[in-house]
Amino acid sequence: MSTIEERVKKIVIEQLGVKEDEVTANASFVDDLGADSLDTVELVMALEEEFETEIPDEEAEKITTVQQAVDYIKAHTKD
Amino acid sequence: MSNTLQGEIALVTGASRGIGAAIADELAAMGATVIGTATSENGAKAIGERLAAHGGHGRVLDVTDGAAVEGLIDATAKEFGAVSILVNNAGITRDQLLMRMKDEDWQAIIDTNLTSVYRTSKAVMRGMMKARKGRIISIASVIGLTGNPGQANYAAAKAGIIAFSKSLAREIGTRGITVNVVAPGFIDTDMTRALPEESKQALLGQIALGRLGEASDIAKAVGFLASPAAAYITGETLHVNGGMYMP
Repeated sequence: MSTIEERVKKIVIEQLGVKEDEVTANASFVDDLGADSLDTVELVMALEEEFETEIPDEEAEKITTVQQAVDYIKAHTKD
Repeated sequence: MSNTLQGEIALVTGASRGIGAAIADELAAMGATVIGTATSENGAKAIGERLAAHGGHGRVLDVTDGAAVEGLIDATAKEFGAVSILVNNAGITRDQLLMRMKDEDWQAIIDTNLTSVYRTSKAVMRGMMKARKGRIISIASVIGLTGNPGQANYAAAKAGIIAFSKSLAREIGTRGITVNVVAPGFIDTDMTRALPEESKQALLGQIALGRLGEASDIAKAVGFLASPAAAYITGETLHVNGGMYMP
């Protein structure tokens, strides 16, 4: 079973079409990985599906880096 | 045009009669699995019977009920697959001179004719984004461009659909989803049959082709926009009005 870090990273790579070594913990989706606003919405959608959770809009807005995504998932899912 | 929509799941609101019924028939004949909606059980049943030969279905939906819209789109996705073609056709009129127009006449039109388009479009978005394809086609009206006395509410809602569609087209174009509008002119339906004879004659005089349009004329335009042939058209309003208005 992959760790949450690995699963988040995989989704970021798939959604944003970036290389694995670019996806560092502190990488910002918009500033470092070239995401536009629609990309970030899609990213949250993909995270919701992967981790079977619902991320409210006001929380989603605060998730701007890989680490923040990982932290949110860890705090809000059981596995 | 047969089978060009094979494998597509089309949701058509207001499909029990008039233009909506013709659109549902057309998309079904083109091979799509069509789910047509009506506000009543009887209406939905009749749609189901009409579309049965093409594997289509009728469902009850009040487009002003947000939870019902989401529920139907979720249920459709589970039963048939995610909606890949959305046709926003449901609409009503509450004609009244502005000086006599009641708040409820205004609000009913905005809710049913414009807010419904926002609701259904939003509800199909996730599925279309994931699929990286989709067609959203909304039925506006020539009145949304020309205006008409007694129809300030209707004209505002129909013009709103056009502006909404242009914005959405820009938002989601990169995901392979097109958003277009068909603006019918004077089409022979229950809605226009209710007009007084005098205004009918006056309107006919303005139509270059000198006759009313048929519901099928609109359905063919929708079928085109839904087809792969229209892949590079988005944010567009297709005027199907016999030359009544040429923007």
